[in-house]
Amino acid sequence: MMTLPDLTVLRPASVAEAVEALRANPGARVLAGGTDIVPNLKYGMYDTQHLVALRGLSSELRYVREDRSGDLRLGAMCSIDELGRSEVVKSRLPALADACRQIAGPQLRRMGTLGGNLCLDTRCVYVNQSHFWRSALGYCLKKDGTVCHVVAGGKRCVAAASNDTAPVLLALDAGVKIVSPRGERTMPLRDFYVADGLHNTVLAPDELLTEVRIPAAAATRRQAFAKLRMRAAIDFPALNLAVALELDGNLVRSVSLAVSALAARPALIKGLEDLRGRPADARFAEELGRRAHKQCKPLTNIGVDPGWRRDILPVLVRRAVLRAIAG
Amino acid sequence: MSIGARFPKQDGVAKADGSGIYADDIALPRMLHAKILRSPHAHARIRGIDLSAAEALPGVVATLVGAELPLKYGVIPWTQDETALAVEKVRHVGDAVACIAAVDERTADEALGLVKVDYEVLPAVFTPEDALEHPEIKVNERAKVGNITKHVHLQFGEVDEAVAGAAAVVRETYRYAGSTHVPIEPHCAVARIDADGNLTVWSSTQIPHYVHRELSRVLGIPQSKVRVIQPLLGGAFGGKSDPFALEFCVAKLAMKTGRPVKILYTREEVFYAHRGRHPMKMDVTLALDAGGRIAAVDNKILIDGGAYASFGLVTAYYAGQLLTGPYRFETYRFDSYRMYTNKPPCGPKRGHGSVQPRFAFEVALDEAAEKLGLDPVEVRRRNFIGEFVETVNGQKITSNGFLKCLELVEKASGWKERHGKLGPGRGLGVAGSMYISGTAYPVYPNEMPQSGVLVKLDRSGRVAIFSGASDIGQGVNTLLCQIAAEELHCDPYDVTVVAADTDLTPVDLGAYSSRVTFMVGIAAREACQKLAEKLRAAGGATFAEACQRAEAAEGAPLAAVGGYRTQKLGGDYRGGTIGASPAYSFTAHVAEVSVDEETGIWKVERIWAAHDCGKALNPTLVEGQIEGSVYMGAAEAQMEEMVYDEKGLLFGPSLLDYRIPTSLDTPDLDSYIVESNDPGGPYGAKEAGEGPLHPAIPAIANAIHDACGIRIRELPFYPQRVLKLLRERDARREERAAS
Repeated sequence: MMTLPDLTVLRPASVAEAVEALRANPGARVLAGGTDIVPNLKYGMYDTQHLVALRGLSSELRYVREDRSGDLRLGAMCSIDELGRSEVVKSRLPALADACRQIAGPQLRRMGTLGGNLCLDTRCVYVNQSHFWRSALGYCLKKDGTVCHVVAGGKRCVAAASNDTAPVLLALDAGVKIVSPRGERTMPLRDFYVADGLHNTVLAPDELLTEVRIPAAAATRRQAFAKLRMRAAIDFPALNLAVALELDGNLVRSVSLAVSALAARPALIKGLEDLRGRPADARFAEELGRRAHKQCKPLTNIGVDPGWRRDILPVLVRRAVLRAIAG
Repeated sequence: MSIGARFPKQDGVAKADGSGIYADDIALPRMLHAKILRSPHAHARIRGIDLSAAEALPGVVATLVGAELPLKYGVIPWTQDETALAVEKVRHVGDAVACIAAVDERTADEALGLVKVDYEVLPAVFTPEDALEHPEIKVNERAKVGNITKHVHLQFGEVDEAVAGAAAVVRETYRYAGSTHVPIEPHCAVARIDADGNLTVWSSTQIPHYVHRELSRVLGIPQSKVRVIQPLLGGAFGGKSDPFALEFCVAKLAMKTGRPVKILYTREEVFYAHRGRHPMKMDVTLALDAGGRIAAVDNKILIDGGAYASFGLVTAYYAGQLLTGPYRFETYRFDSYRMYTNKPPCGPKRGHGSVQPRFAFEVALDEAAEKLGLDPVEVRRRNFIGEFVETVNGQKITSNGFLKCLELVEKASGWKERHGKLGPGRGLGVAGSMYISGTAYPVYPNEMPQSGVLVKLDRSGRVAIFSGASDIGQGVNTLLCQIAAEELHCDPYDVTVVAADTDLTPVDLGAYSSRVTFMVGIAAREACQKLAEKLRAAGGATFAEACQRAEAAEGAPLAAVGGYRTQKLGGDYRGGTIGASPAYSFTAHVAEVSVDEETGIWKVERIWAAHDCGKALNPTLVEGQIEGSVYMGAAEAQMEEMVYDEKGLLFGPSLLDYRIPTSLDTPDLDSYIVESNDPGGPYGAKEAGEGPLHPAIPAIANAIHDACGIRIRELPFYPQRVLKLLRERDARREERAAS
């Protein structure tokens, strides 16, 4: 079988110890559920010598709770499976529960964590492969090489954000808490991701995402998640999207639409403000599909025909919007 | 009695609870782990291999290069064209170059990174068309002409005349993509050399006998000093029916070091070992007369073989020879080229050689029937070839339950009420097929039995069956227990099966061409019947007592042997014996699909599959084979394809990127067993392991047509392909409306 490189696994018992371990061991990587990093390590994608295992932080970071303001707080060590089953999440954030239930398969959902999913490394068919395979290809920008096999002449890595929870949490205006040895900071999730496939978040090497905060208002928004995948389980998204609507009777008070599995940064579709006040109907759903189509350009970083993915994106958006409206 | 009973699988619990011993479970004292260095180039000359740095790495014990094992091997004696490790050049990305044995896998892996190979990269060909066009780029020196592994041209009757006089003619090109087997157990082999120089190799193979022969030849040691044992196997499907690099490497390294050596392939290496379904391009002409009868079939087939022959010679024949039932052909011609290309070698995958032309033919038949306004079930019924008849190419069909199969799936699916009436986006499709129950001639010419069984009785009442056959999940070991119980009247749980061990068991040629149940079944029945006679004569209140009395009467321990002797069969022409089988199985499917016309995404909702297996020796096992086959066929229709880049690099050699359906992607399956009781088969049995795969693919294609009026002639039926065809259909409809 494929072998793991020689690694030292550090086992901190608290968030403070964990970020200290990250600081003290430059290049260390975080091991939460391990569902993504373990195969990537076997593929030789990281040169790291240290893993900081977070299992010891479970008591600290595994919670679903409502704070005094009514916001929902999710600990980063919640498993994907428990979020998909949580009655609180299902009733308040049905799109998030839906996204969780569509991640990977049952065993992987039990291992994988919310924090791990949000910090999931970007993926590309040209890089998530064995070292041998990448050597035969001639390597690429993301690891060991200088060329991009997706964008001819490309200088910036476009490996794709492939996390299913990200579009939902973006559409619901979630925020994240980040801890480092220097203290903690919070920011809206929309500021968390950057358009760089090498490292698509603002996290510094010694920072840890510890919590997701979803505003109380999210629970009142009509919402839907959709995932395009080539088989019904154990598949990363070929496209995923989430829509959140505030309705005033039959009229749209606000709308946000996030689409991902395109490039390094999950995209929030821009310029939807003019749709406020429109009736939430089939025409509105069509219009959102058109705008997503205009702004989203799928690439060959995901091994599913980009032309087709772009072609059917408006259909997927329209159906998701209609589902959200129907509640 | 025991035959026909739903007897549980003999190794079922051990497989389910993890106690079964697979090749990788074998760990011997002082065992080394070896890894194979593979070529990053599709075609290159090896100018030199520098192993010095790797050999200097602590923990590395031995290295091996191709020059140490230069003899070429292969199951088919006429096309032996591969070596364990590349001798002068590499022929595909992933071709084996060198092998390193070390104290553990990680050290061996690290050592691979230290090997320096000096390659002179050569021009390469990646499609059969390019291989034909560029004979100067010689992929494999074994080819006498250009890059042709095998060319077959056979004609039966005046095809062109029949086409000219036909009422409906379809001329279309069909393309079948290459797919691979994906056994859940990757290939694994362990070798050990004992103090007397005897070599034992445990291997996850489905052909211990051929591995035995080839190990002896390539290693230069007598066959009597080589023992091959097949442990429990985690799936094969044809993907373990060649000798592979790892078996030679562990053996040679064990000989060099005196220590046991193991190689377990990674999933990626299984993809490079391949031997999967050949991609085929098929130019089909199918002609029906005014009565809807098949007047002519003409098929030009271009086969993409990859870098080595494997069973490719047989593939080139099977692609044509196995199409001539269950329907009667008035005239028939096929012309097939199996080409070498710089890709991992194709070989036999479940339904070897005939799944691809069956797809093309069954869709073409629907297209032709449509021209005549004939119902797809009716056209198949009308062309039924019958029982105990000879096909146009000289194959002797014995029992034939195809009509019964067709009737069952027609009724079960509600065909008459539902076909053509399910409305847009939902449809039904039908297809039929035929397959062999073993081949009449052994792969290497010889007069010995193809299969042998030895049965021994103990005074305790324990029965031991020694059988060379490979249980690859089809359940032959279970059938042996049932046959013993049937003939000897013993408890099937009191039977020990010693299987697939070349020192201990009589020869069986291997688990391929759906020969095992048929041939081993006959051999086992013969051996058991000899003993049963003695037990009857001896009498006794219990089985054990009968054994004791019989042994006393005999004055020696009780044992008997049985064999399957090859029959002379087949047409009287060159190649006429290839595809000649002692009995043929028949299958019919109806598939129901739904199609989302806005996205092209479609789904198989349900498949009704009826299979004539002659006699179900164990209905549960037969149903399992039908279901597994239908799953595998539907998988190829839906999503499976070996995709290469322009330099011959296989895209995504992993189970994440090479998708196989999960249980959620699998349709509801209804299996029906039809028993035609074949006079030649053991208790009337014929094959059930490969035939039931065939109709799934064309039945799905025909159902997609019923659902939305498009003809999909290329696999897999990716949603983007379906959507493109839907848009072309819409454009045609608009044009028609405008004019």
